[in-house]
Amino acid sequence: MDLGVITRNAGFIFGGLVLTFELAALAITGGLALGVLLGAARVSRRPWLYWPATAYIHFFRGLPLILVIFWLYFLLPVLTGRNLDEFTAAVASFVVYEASYFAEIVRAGIQSTSRGQAMAAAASGLTGPQAFRLVILPQALRNMLPSLTNHAVVIFQDTSLAYVIGLREFLRRVNLVDAREARSMELYLFAGVVYLVLCSLGALAAQRLERRSPWLSGARRND
Amino acid sequence: MLNYDFDWSVLWRAPYGAMFARGVLTTVHLSLLAWLLALVLGACVGAIRMQPWPPLRRLGGAYVSLFRNTPFLVQLFFWYFAAPLLLSESGQLWLYDNVPDYAYWAGVLGLGIYTASRVAEQFRSAFFSIPRDQYRAAFASGLTSIQAYRLVLIPYAFRLALPTITTEFLTCFKNSALAMTIGVMETTHTASHVEAFTSHGLETTTAASLVYLSLAWTVIAAMGAVERRLRIRGLLARRR
Repeated sequence: MDLGVITRNAGFIFGGLVLTFELAALAITGGLALGVLLGAARVSRRPWLYWPATAYIHFFRGLPLILVIFWLYFLLPVLTGRNLDEFTAAVASFVVYEASYFAEIVRAGIQSTSRGQAMAAAASGLTGPQAFRLVILPQALRNMLPSLTNHAVVIFQDTSLAYVIGLREFLRRVNLVDAREARSMELYLFAGVVYLVLCSLGALAAQRLERRSPWLSGARRND
Repeated sequence: MLNYDFDWSVLWRAPYGAMFARGVLTTVHLSLLAWLLALVLGACVGAIRMQPWPPLRRLGGAYVSLFRNTPFLVQLFFWYFAAPLLLSESGQLWLYDNVPDYAYWAGVLGLGIYTASRVAEQFRSAFFSIPRDQYRAAFASGLTSIQAYRLVLIPYAFRLALPTITTEFLTCFKNSALAMTIGVMETTHTASHVEAFTSHGLETTTAASLVYLSLAWTVIAAMGAVERRLRIRGLLARRR
């Protein structure tokens, strides 16, 4: 074991971790935004909303993420005639792909809010879209907070796939240092530990959210 | 407008057709072997997490959080680049001489071990939903703990968890594409390989996508049939 390889390259490697966090933050916010729209369309009674959203979700959930990254990075330039830089390509792939997962979580959340809430919203004079935005969606998202957090952790791990198009995020940089210094054991164990610590914190947060029952906290707020 | 000459024949003309066929086959047997490992290991880890002795339970918990909270790609690189370094020098030489497709086996092992951590969680929640009478009856009839799990509880849990286990299988099958990063010639790698030779990426990536989608949808249909056959009578039919 020669842990010097990590201290010697710490600046370079942790610079990649910053990029990993940027990727994850953009992927999570973008994916969630698109996922909410798709999830809402999935419970819509209008067929022109329901069917395209359902097709989108089944399509992307049937593909490996790595293939979606290839589609956007190598093939979008062919289709549009404009070049896409690695960062934009990676973020765009994560957003379109993870949205299909977020959509199913949001859909489950919407379906788990009680019917009385929708009726009460309608009775107090809110229009359909208002009721959805102000009453149903906030409750759906709060009920689904543990699942959403868990999926955010998955996305954080998935950002390592940006490796395949040469984006210098955390894992790519570890890999580059390994190519130069041939210290696979130290470097990959180190990468594993860094991800393990960060993702365990996320998983712990999800667990605590789960334990704090949303129904109870909602009831308390109304008292 | 689109400035691109389509040439779909890259998908079947020699030598690319044979490459694609081999790639698809590799995807199929790599993910099936990894799945077999994941199912056996996952059931064992799930059962370990149910044991009354705390150290054993913690060991199972550590397995799950270790392999779930690190990216699969890091694990794959570990098994491929770092794990052989654990062997002695002669052991490493033996490995390189006698296991020419080590990348493939690292892929099977890595994918199996990673997927097992997810399958274990499905088994654990299924163990919790087995009626307590089943546990009592199994132990009352004199089965040892291992017998009770092997003969009664694991088969029961498997049937309960089948829908979520199918989802995990699809994830396992899609994750097999990551084996391309260590050089395994599976479907995705073949597609980008043929693209490198022919510059017909649109065709090859379309083909690869269709392979994954059709395999995934086949599995969903097949597992629907299996689920109906293996349904436990007397339980409410669970919605999928």
